[in-house]
Amino acid sequence: MNSGLVSTSHLLLGLLSTGTMHGYELKRAHDTRLPQARPLAFGQVYATLNRLLRDGLVAPAGQERLAGPERTAYTLTEQGRAALDQWLSSVEPPMPHVNSPLFTKVVVALLVADVDRARAYLVAQRRAHTERLRELTALKTAPSATVDDVVAADYAIAHLDADLRWLHTTLERVADWHREVHS
Amino acid sequence: MTQLQARGLVKSYGPTPALRGITLDIDEGEIVAVTGPSGCGKSTLLHCLAGIIRPDAGEVSWRGHRLDTWSEAARSRLRRTEFGVLFQFGQLVPELTAAENVALPLLLAGTGRRAARTAALTWLTRLGVAECADVRPGEMSGGQQQRCATARALVTEPRVLFADEPTGALDTLSGEQVLTQLVRVAKEQHTSVVLVTHEPRIAAYADREVILRDGMIDHTGLGLDAPLAGGSR
Ligand SMILES: Nc1ncnc2c1ncn2[C@@H]1O[C@H](COP(=O)(O)OP(=O)(O)OP(=O)(O)O)[C@@H](O)[C@H]1O
Ligand SMILES: [Mg+2]
Repeated sequence: MNSGLVSTSHLLLGLLSTGTMHGYELKRAHDTRLPQARPLAFGQVYATLNRLLRDGLVAPAGQERLAGPERTAYTLTEQGRAALDQWLSSVEPPMPHVNSPLFTKVVVALLVADVDRARAYLVAQRRAHTERLRELTALKTAPSATVDDVVAADYAIAHLDADLRWLHTTLERVADWHREVHS
Repeated sequence: MTQLQARGLVKSYGPTPALRGITLDIDEGEIVAVTGPSGCGKSTLLHCLAGIIRPDAGEVSWRGHRLDTWSEAARSRLRRTEFGVLFQFGQLVPELTAAENVALPLLLAGTGRRAARTAALTWLTRLGVAECADVRPGEMSGGQQQRCATARALVTEPRVLFADEPTGALDTLSGEQVLTQLVRVAKEQHTSVVLVTHEPRIAAYADREVILRDGMIDHTGLGLDAPLAGGSR
């Protein structure tokens, strides 16, 4: 299992810990709780449920066990509860590697010989970040925003804000470095 | 409609240039963030726009009237009626309660005592600090003081609000509550806002961002002449 699949499994286990749910209810709960997340396809929900079923982490609930997968409601097993508990008891490694696409691209932009190209990229990236930041801020301050919307927007805003501050600081550092070298 | 217009603003403090030719239009109801690194001239620009200081050269027009040629008395009258100002540290009058602080601009503008007190209470409630009404600033938290100062800046229902790092002294959540209220009220009343900040997260509350660097507008947002490495490292 790659790490993306691991977190979908645990997410579904987590959602099921709040009560028995059908596949489509899980999909809906996912969309409500993680409103800004990458979309989760129905197919992925069912594929993950099948795997969880195979591993004995979830079980069909009640009378519906003979119906097709769309009709089946799932419930967490003891083993599933233990797997969820174990997952929650381990700390996520706090950024063991610095490998975001943004980080890489900015570093490369600062290396390439074509200064105008680099400048155009950095300015465009800054603008894109700023626009997204404004979009998310509008979303979370809208009177209709739910707590789930705000929590998701906050996460994205904090990261975009950090990216922008890092970008500015980096350019200042490069400029300082140049002033020192060329003076 | 353009509320506030700046043309070629230049301002120095002795030998130190603070503004080196700023041209800017602010529309009615528009929220404009002024950002840029420390010392780039943000506060100086805000003070020129609000008529607190006069530029050395250039013009500031308020609804078509040349503000920079007005007397100090006339500018100060304008600041009391049409403008609201809000700074990083609320600057409440320490001897007065929150309600008295908020009522003060109305009393100065000639509103009766009872009406001023009622309005003050309404604004304190809107900013979520009704419970502070009869408390003096010294007994309030920084966040509560800042909300009171925001209420005081908005109570006259100004046409333009000038805010210099209004959330600079607050934690993320309190800062956000103050800003959300401020933006909501500004949008309801078509108040223009000049919001000075150095935080991208705060600037994102504005409709538009004006970035300064060394006293000039920086259209790239990243420093006009920041030399890039260009492979030469
Ligand atoms: N009263 C003053 N006397 C002398 N120099 C001043 C005065 N006020 C500002 N300056 C100088 O003018 C320049 C612009 O200052 P200003 O306060 O407008 O910057 P700022 O962008 O608001 O910075 P910060 O983010 O640190 O508040 C700076 O070089 C500053 O040192
Ligand atoms: Mg300042």
